[in-house]
Amino acid sequence: MRYLTRRGGMFLVTLWAALTVNFIIPRLMPGNEAQSVLATFRNINPAAVKALEIQFGVNVHHSLIPSYFSYLGHTLTGHLGVDAQNVPVASEIFSKLPWTLGLVGVTTVLAFIVGTLAGIFSAWRRGGRLDAILPPTLFIVSTLPVFFVGLLLIYAFAIKTHVFPLSGNYTIGATPSFSLSFVGDVLDHAFLPGLSLLIVTAGLWVYSMRNNMITTIADDHVKMGRAKGLSGLRVMFDYAARNAILPNLTGFAMQLGYVLGGSIVIEYLFSYPGLGYLFYTATTDHDLPLMQGLFLFYTLAVLICVLLVDLLTAVLDPRTREA
Amino acid sequence: MAIQSATTAPATGMPPEPTGGSRFRGMLRTLLGNRKAAAGIVILLIVAFVAIFPGLIAHDSPSESSYLPNLTPSGSHLLGTTNLGQDVFAQLIYGTRPTLVLTLVVSVIATFISTVVGITAAYLGGIADRVLTVITDVFLVLPVLPLLILMASFLAPGTTSLILVLTVTSWAFQARQLRSQGLSIRNRDFLVSARVRGESAVYIIFREIVPTMTSLLAASFLGLAVFVVGFAASLQFLGLGNSGQEMWGTILYNAQQSAALESGNAWWELAPGLAVAFLGTGFALVNFAFDEIGNPALKPMKRRKRRVRASA
Repeated sequence: MRYLTRRGGMFLVTLWAALTVNFIIPRLMPGNEAQSVLATFRNINPAAVKALEIQFGVNVHHSLIPSYFSYLGHTLTGHLGVDAQNVPVASEIFSKLPWTLGLVGVTTVLAFIVGTLAGIFSAWRRGGRLDAILPPTLFIVSTLPVFFVGLLLIYAFAIKTHVFPLSGNYTIGATPSFSLSFVGDVLDHAFLPGLSLLIVTAGLWVYSMRNNMITTIADDHVKMGRAKGLSGLRVMFDYAARNAILPNLTGFAMQLGYVLGGSIVIEYLFSYPGLGYLFYTATTDHDLPLMQGLFLFYTLAVLICVLLVDLLTAVLDPRTREA
Repeated sequence: MAIQSATTAPATGMPPEPTGGSRFRGMLRTLLGNRKAAAGIVILLIVAFVAIFPGLIAHDSPSESSYLPNLTPSGSHLLGTTNLGQDVFAQLIYGTRPTLVLTLVVSVIATFISTVVGITAAYLGGIADRVLTVITDVFLVLPVLPLLILMASFLAPGTTSLILVLTVTSWAFQARQLRSQGLSIRNRDFLVSARVRGESAVYIIFREIVPTMTSLLAASFLGLAVFVVGFAASLQFLGLGNSGQEMWGTILYNAQQSAALESGNAWWELAPGLAVAFLGTGFALVNFAFDEIGNPALKPMKRRKRRVRASA
């Protein structure tokens, strides 16, 4: 119980920190630039301008502390404001969410499986040829900038050869439906962006898994599994990997923020109309409410993922419940 | 671009090294004996040479539009020219210095911050430790690139802002590692005796603890450098983090804005991308070798028959 209370406390503190970052950042902007940002909103919605003036701290006579609390109150009750197109930020985010969820969700899970399996097999044959090549390669590749991997893939598969489409989420003019041809078209468009993310993230989980495995393999219960004469695969997955994967799950949650960051770059590169592309266009328009809403959304996504993994760990590993 | 270094269990990581004059020479010899480290060092030396003597390598001006626009690579323009008729090769060569300097400056500052936060937390313990750990954990969980983008788009553009945003977003992971290492040596005899002598906390942290962690600090620095190279370029690629100086990321941005890949001028965009990857890999290889040397569990080696459990 204490474990979960502590984790819940961490959730609230981080959420508060993200809100505070959102509140402080517009005030760091030089005054004349804040005015020009305001100007882009001026013709659209007087109420939004009023809200922005409070955020930038211009033309207002409230002092800092009350406006801080009114900002916290507004955001926590779900008022994210409207963007420069006068669309509510929340509905803008939810309309783009499925594309990013599909792209990032699927690739992250795939990358986790690839990386973890590579870790399991390398540790099982520690010192073997696989162990000498696979983990270092995946790790070094994971340090490559994601845009570089994306550029190479675009160049090779969308420009030099036309195996995959260059950009977008589906062929312009196609009508969204659940038909086989449309789904195929969507997958075709998601392949290169997904592969770029997969390449740079699979390596993130190799070493933690491999090192946990090496420690676990030496445990007595694994020796017992072997002594019982169980098959190698059974011992590897049911006895060793099952225990070794717990810390890796925590790593999975922590790296989600990194993957989401990568998706911004990749969606920009492939003009893939998800949250990342929305974030990019928001920066070029200096669309403050949209950027704040997205930053908050990303933080919440990571926090919820961390919390879920904590709960899962508490269920799977009784030791954490006592700690 | 990975934030995480290869070691995930820093507490079982590098043992504190013996003190003595031969420490650095020993470290250097081990590094050079490692193939990955040697490759990384060669890469870093090449980049450093280019950064120091760009004029020896490129003969064109990086900024003057003195040629025909969008030329494809040829003998006189190894990487072609930009849409404004500037020589891409010269831009790349002259972009090396500001890119490398930014990386080194941010990595030094961030290493310093993570050292102060991590080791102070470990050494002081109690409330101070809890507060510092919560701050560190918050920065670990906040998504890095969105935070970078948010900060970079509202700060006045310039080198100071760029250094600031990259430092703020990068120190936390290493601070956590250094704290774990600090905790593991907290109650060693030499620290107890320093406390009994009545030395101040500042003295103990910087004169007693920090010197035992040189190799971990070097690894932190290298890990941060990998991070900074990748994230600075990503930020600039998105059109943010402009410092007024032409860096590799700026070339990437210009090329992407003029759709260099699609319009048959691919090297304009691929070359700076390759340069970023080259430098990042250089730092990563040396960092990786550090982890391998410091943490024997990572080393590909013959299977041992009997192993002692690493964690209690």
